[in-house]
Amino acid sequence: MAGSEREGVIRCEGIWKIFGEKSRQAMEAVQREGLSKREIRERFDCVVGVQDASFSVSRGEIFCIMGLSGSGKSTLIRHINRLIEPTSGAVYIEGENVNAMNPQALRHLRAEKIGMVFQSMALMPHRTVRDNVAFSLEVRGVAEAERAKVAARAIEMVDLTGWDAKYPDELSGGMQQRVGLARALAADPTILLMDEPFSALDPLIRRQLQGTFMELSAELHKTTVFITHDLDEAIRIGDRIAIMKDGVLVQIGTPEEIVTEPADDYVAEFVAGISKLDLVTAARIMQPLAQYLKANGPQETGAWPVSKPSDKLNELVDLAVGTDHPILVAADGQPIGVVTKRALLRGIQGRDETEGRAA
Amino acid sequence: MIQPFKRVFESVIVGIEGSLQAVPPTIMLIILSLMAWQTAGRRAAMVVAGCLVILGLLAPEAWGLAMTTLAIVIASVLLCVLIGLPLGVLAGKNDRFEAFIRPVLDTMQTIPAFVYLVPVVMMIGIGNVSGVIVTIIFALPPLVRLTSLGIRGVNHSVVEAARAFGASPRQILRKVELPLATPTILAGLNQTIMLSLSMVVIASMISVKGLGNEVLRAMGRLDAGKAIVGGLGIVMLAIVLDRITQGLGRSGRDRGHRHWWETGPVGQVTAMFRKTK
Repeated sequence: MAGSEREGVIRCEGIWKIFGEKSRQAMEAVQREGLSKREIRERFDCVVGVQDASFSVSRGEIFCIMGLSGSGKSTLIRHINRLIEPTSGAVYIEGENVNAMNPQALRHLRAEKIGMVFQSMALMPHRTVRDNVAFSLEVRGVAEAERAKVAARAIEMVDLTGWDAKYPDELSGGMQQRVGLARALAADPTILLMDEPFSALDPLIRRQLQGTFMELSAELHKTTVFITHDLDEAIRIGDRIAIMKDGVLVQIGTPEEIVTEPADDYVAEFVAGISKLDLVTAARIMQPLAQYLKANGPQETGAWPVSKPSDKLNELVDLAVGTDHPILVAADGQPIGVVTKRALLRGIQGRDETEGRAA
Repeated sequence: MIQPFKRVFESVIVGIEGSLQAVPPTIMLIILSLMAWQTAGRRAAMVVAGCLVILGLLAPEAWGLAMTTLAIVIASVLLCVLIGLPLGVLAGKNDRFEAFIRPVLDTMQTIPAFVYLVPVVMMIGIGNVSGVIVTIIFALPPLVRLTSLGIRGVNHSVVEAARAFGASPRQILRKVELPLATPTILAGLNQTIMLSLSMVVIASMISVKGLGNEVLRAMGRLDAGKAIVGGLGIVMLAIVLDRITQGLGRSGRDRGHRHWWETGPVGQVTAMFRKTK
């Protein structure tokens, strides 16, 4: 289906989740009068978990949702496999409306197309690693021998071979979450839902598991929704990032866009401490060649270092330290722009090149 | 309508009793001790064997009476499980049902047995069947309560994970909730067994035979010796049943993640087979 490819594997349309006994009335009032969150709380004693969230994730993409605790990100991700019913709005997976599915179709979808990893690991303490990993196949009625084969493969993927017959409480936290990852991957699903999978782990183990996850996702190309409260993690892992605050998706964009063009003060505050070195590209900080020549007169560019538009600041710094010339940015062998030292240094600071320049 | 039901019921009790009486005391002693070893370990097995020896030496007729009582207890507990487990699961899943059943269970536990003794006898007549029904009324509540508690105590995130991987409500119950609630449920079963044993004296008032009847008759005749035989017999039986069922509630982790067939006497036997393989 070419149409659904363009639409995205996961598409959320206007998801609202209002918690409380009178959530239905509150929703109607919101649609009629556009109440604020405070008015909803005062008039209906209801809490807004997610407010009008829409996004779409295309095939193979890693979509990070970043927000602090209580921002509604865990609530939002649970709408995708309908662990939570939206008060309003709908989720489409490969063009199919998840909220219109009957229980059986929904169970099929969950067992075959969606793998989920939880912050709390949520492994079954009475089952061995192998039986935990093969759980989604077991509920589908897959034969024992086939289950063992699939489980062994998934366990190998996360480097836990030899631990199949152990119980979760015999494993360390990091290993338990590897089991969680293997369980999510076992059925070879199209979609991975990761609900703060590494948040409960030590920094070192977290790094390791992020590495494992990124290797696996580069290899398997799963469409992934990844929840985190750690912007560094979101930037390292995500193809695109959505910033969530108080139930609202404040901004959706690539890591570079988020860092260089924060939508509001909230996002700006978040990205302030983030290193631009591996995010911002030459294309963003360069001055168009024509403009540069106009300002500085014709130049002999033969000795200038050359970079690609997609090169990151880090690589530009490497080029810049070897020469006194500016850096020429060329696409397909054709020079298109110039990065001056000033622009590079300001870029690293996250500020504009023109800022503070003597007039 | 009650009569055919009563006849089937009666024959089940008689059947259980017949088979218990048919086993020679020494063999029964060995079987029960092995069961205790299996569920609770060697020390419990020794306690069980000791209690059974005392029981046998109390009086010539004590063993037979104890087996009769045991038959009534087994029949009552079986029925308690059949009724109590589904009720407990339902109460664990459904807040409204829990709110409804809770005062009912409170009533069953606190109302004096004499109050329902009469209506039960009026409807069903005296005998074993009435005895079992009276016993169930008294012994059922802890099983329902602890089953509900066990189901409610299952980690919510594990249930959510099972849902996320496509398990149906029935699969969640069978593969996640019941196994994880098992230690709590078995603690309830242990309580139910103890309570049904404590009903035997009262049940003997409506012509249930066994150790309880011995105590009742001793009371009528002020025969202290007979009362001690009956009373001590009940205590011995209680210790035996308690030791055997107490060990059931240990979780897999306490057993060092070994399957039940890898421990105790069965473990010894299977180990022999595993070695020869």
